[in-house]
Amino acid sequence: MTLDLVLFLVLALVAVASALGMLFSRNAVYAALYLVLNFVTVAVFYLLLSAPFIAMAQVTVYAGAIMVLFLFVIMLLGSDALPKSQVLPWQKPLAIVMSVLLAAEAAYLLVTKARPAGDVLPPTELVNTTENLRQLGNALFTDYLLPFEVVSILLLVAMVGAIVLTKKEKGARQ
Amino acid sequence: MKYAVEPPRRTMIPVDYYIILSAILFTIGVLGVLIRRNALIIFMSIELMLNAANLAIVAFGSVIQNFSGQIFVFFVIAVAAAEVAVGLALIVEIFRTKKTIDVDQMSSMKG
Repeated sequence: MTLDLVLFLVLALVAVASALGMLFSRNAVYAALYLVLNFVTVAVFYLLLSAPFIAMAQVTVYAGAIMVLFLFVIMLLGSDALPKSQVLPWQKPLAIVMSVLLAAEAAYLLVTKARPAGDVLPPTELVNTTENLRQLGNALFTDYLLPFEVVSILLLVAMVGAIVLTKKEKGARQ
Repeated sequence: MKYAVEPPRRTMIPVDYYIILSAILFTIGVLGVLIRRNALIIFMSIELMLNAANLAIVAFGSVIQNFSGQIFVFFVIAVAAAEVAVGLALIVEIFRTKKTIDVDQMSSMKG
C-alpha cells in the first residue's frame, strides 16, 4: 500500500459515507451539510487527478454557491422534516432492490466490458504552477469559445428566470 | 498535458477505481431520487449524480492526458448552477401554492 492508494481509499470511504449520510438523514439541513462534505471530497479527488482549476471551481461553485442557495431555501421554507406518510409501501424496498441491481450491472460492465486502458498518473510539480490554468484558458477561449458564450447566455436566462419565478406579481390575487 | 521531463515514478491508481467510485456515488443519487419524498433532497441527489458523472469525466480525461474532459466538467458545473437557480425558484413557487414540498402531494396539475 502506497501513500496515493491509502489517500484514495480513505477519501473514497468519506465520499461514500457522506453520500449515504445525505441519503438517510431525516433533517434537510443535515443532508445539505453532508453533501457539502461530499463535494469537498470530490474536489480533493480532482486535485489527485491533476485538475486544480476544476477542484477550485468545485469548491467555490458547488460547495460554496449552490449549497448556500440550498441552505437558504431550506431555511426559507422552514419545512426541514416531513411528516411520515406511506402512500406506496412497496416503493422503498423495490427502489433499493433496483438500485442494487443498477450498481451490480454498472460494476460488471465497467470491470469486464468497458475496462478503460491506462492508469491515473499521480500529480506532479506542474500542478503547483499556473500551467494547468494557462492551458485550460487557452483551450476555453479558442476551441471552446462558442460553448463558452452560450453558457454565458444560459446563466443570464437562468438568473432572469429565477427572478421572474419568485417575484410577487403586482396586484396578484391573494 | 505533456510532461517536459518524465515524472518520478510513483504509484499509479488504476482508473477503474475512480470509475467504480463514480458508479457507487451515482447509484446513491438514484436511490435518493427514488426513496425520498422531500423535493429538496431529491434535488440534492440530482446534484450528487452530476458530481459522480463529473468525477468519471475528469478521470478519463486524466488518463488520456487531454484538457477536453476538464473543459466539459467546467461547462457541466456552469449548467448545474443555472439548473439549481431555476429549480429552487420552482420549488419555492410550488411551496407558496401547495404549502408543502412533499412530492407525494404534488400529484395534481391543477395548481
